[in-house]
Amino acid sequence: MRKSMTHWLIVAIIFGILLLTPTFLNDFRINLMGKFLTYAIVAVALDLIWGYGGMLSLGQGLFFTLGAYALAMHLKLTNSGTSLPDFMVWSGVDELPRIWEPFASAPFALAMVVVVPAVMAFVIGYFIFRSRVQGVYFSIITQAMTLIFSLLFIGQQPLTGGTNGLTDIQQVFGYTRADPAFLRGMYFISLGALFAVYLICWWVVNSRFGRLLVATRDDESRVRFLGFNPVVVKTLVFGLAGALTGIAGALYVMQDGIISPSQMGVRPSIEMVIWTAVGGRGSLLGGIIGAISVGWTKSLISADYPEVWEMIFGILFLLIVLFMPKGIVGTVRDLFMRGRADTADIEVAQPIEQGGAT
Amino acid sequence: MENFLIQAFNGASLASILLLISLGLAFAFGLMGVINMAHGEFIMIGAYTTYVFEQEFAGMFMRTETHDWGLWFLCSILAAFVVAGAIGMLLEATLLRRLYGRPLDTLLATWGVGMILQSLARQIFGAQNVNVGRPMWLTKGFKWLWVDVNDAEAVKALKPFWELVEGVRLPYTRLLIIGLVAIIVLLIFYYLRRTSAGRRLRATMQNREMAAALGVKSRRVDALTFGMGTGLAGMAGAVLTLLGPVGPTLGTAYIVDAFLVVVLGGVGKLRGAVLAAFIIGMFNTFTARYLMTVEMEVISASAATVAKVLVLLLVVAFLQWKPNGLVQVKTR
Repeated sequence: MRKSMTHWLIVAIIFGILLLTPTFLNDFRINLMGKFLTYAIVAVALDLIWGYGGMLSLGQGLFFTLGAYALAMHLKLTNSGTSLPDFMVWSGVDELPRIWEPFASAPFALAMVVVVPAVMAFVIGYFIFRSRVQGVYFSIITQAMTLIFSLLFIGQQPLTGGTNGLTDIQQVFGYTRADPAFLRGMYFISLGALFAVYLICWWVVNSRFGRLLVATRDDESRVRFLGFNPVVVKTLVFGLAGALTGIAGALYVMQDGIISPSQMGVRPSIEMVIWTAVGGRGSLLGGIIGAISVGWTKSLISADYPEVWEMIFGILFLLIVLFMPKGIVGTVRDLFMRGRADTADIEVAQPIEQGGAT
Repeated sequence: MENFLIQAFNGASLASILLLISLGLAFAFGLMGVINMAHGEFIMIGAYTTYVFEQEFAGMFMRTETHDWGLWFLCSILAAFVVAGAIGMLLEATLLRRLYGRPLDTLLATWGVGMILQSLARQIFGAQNVNVGRPMWLTKGFKWLWVDVNDAEAVKALKPFWELVEGVRLPYTRLLIIGLVAIIVLLIFYYLRRTSAGRRLRATMQNREMAAALGVKSRRVDALTFGMGTGLAGMAGAVLTLLGPVGPTLGTAYIVDAFLVVVLGGVGKLRGAVLAAFIIGMFNTFTARYLMTVEMEVISASAATVAKVLVLLLVVAFLQWKPNGLVQVKTR
């Protein structure tokens, strides 16, 4: 009982701070922070599949951008009014491609934000997990998948805007995107979404299903021998994470106004992994802390020293993996737990590595 | 027929490069459970080594304005092997040794290393691509060796390819790459099967504890094997300078395909890697070629990209049938 009280107290503190944050920030920083909140959603969802499910996906960038593209297609259509979106005109398209037509309807586009990434994750997950591909093999295949899709999106210039992606989204559901009041509103909407996502993931990992998920992570064969089907467990969770990541992408594009294949590729996908790793895998709150702190650090350093950011990022990442494998949350928790043997049973599962090839 | 020959040749050339790159990945994973995400950066290191070698030492190898015997290039391939191998062993000794048994962590850590290496390359050589010269027997063929340089007509007649039959032109650069990789694979085969060091490597891969109990210094085997793998990647980088300019992100273009070769081939088996590289290389070139010839109304993406998609689908479909790859090491 006390354990769970402490947990909700920490949740209340973190979300309380986030709720008050905008009062201390200027408009530019609020916009940044709003985007970091969508990153936090990604990191929490990734923690669900990696920290609790043992599936290190290097393809979350794909689901993020799929959600973002689904909404951006709608926004692009409403922005250009009766004429064609600008990039189509540039690439010599004279009528709206059929795949774009239904996106004129806002409910359809909003549904697609969830449906497309979820279905994508379901299908990919099902075929990978069915053949009992685990561990690093799963990582490699998801990485290849995200690389190939980014190449596909770049190649489809008249359909997707190619390398530039969908740019210059000024109006979002009747509001001006650059308007500080709108961005402030988006901050709170993102925060609300983050809270909802956190609750969903918390509920999942603490339910019977969540125990099955952790059991699958630790010993898939044993789960199978006990009569459960790990393929179903893993596919469902991977699909759920895909859907949540897609929502984050849609929230992101409303605040940033641009979505391009460069956010889909290998590198952004691994940055997402870093958010979770820095915060601490196997603790959902870690994702929030990791995404926001890495985001802040990046924006602070890369503003002044863009050329060294990459190196600092690499070194930071190396140090985290080597010396703080449990991330910020895990390390802090260890400090607190030291000398308090009575509370040693930790509510949050400890990550255990998936073994090698099989 | 000409088309088929050309495609088969291009496929073989792509397969050779992929094989050279994926051998190191496959051995690092099969032996130590290390997923080396920085492997692409070792390709880059090899390529820049060749560049530096050309800038600094080419003059020492009888190269003048008109004459380039290309000895410097052969030496620079060896230099790339040594430099990339040494850096690889350094990485193994300082970092990977602490992470054994945590494959996902090695994946993340080596990715961080890759970023640092890329950033270092950008600091040292600049973000701009650099070009490396080619020995004359690659740009003009071996005939150049006995043609009179002052005879403009004769020099002009020299071509950078070998015309097998009418219309089938095989560039010397790619011939060199295929030949070189064939030699390297034979050498590795010999190393694994006929030398005592190779026997120790196979023993450690099959059963580390047992091998260690029988006196194999398994840590040293790890270091040597990892260094050899990164060295091979460095060699791949050296020959890649023949195909295009060199930049800090050179390796990233090949690394994902190389990983797919490892997945398809099964880890730690030379035979599997060779077979898988060959399949992926051929499949890639032939589908890309085929897609270019058919009318593509639905798919407007470039044929090369669609070919890549098909390769991924092929690998995933194959894993449904044989989850452990083409050739599987029997372990206990």
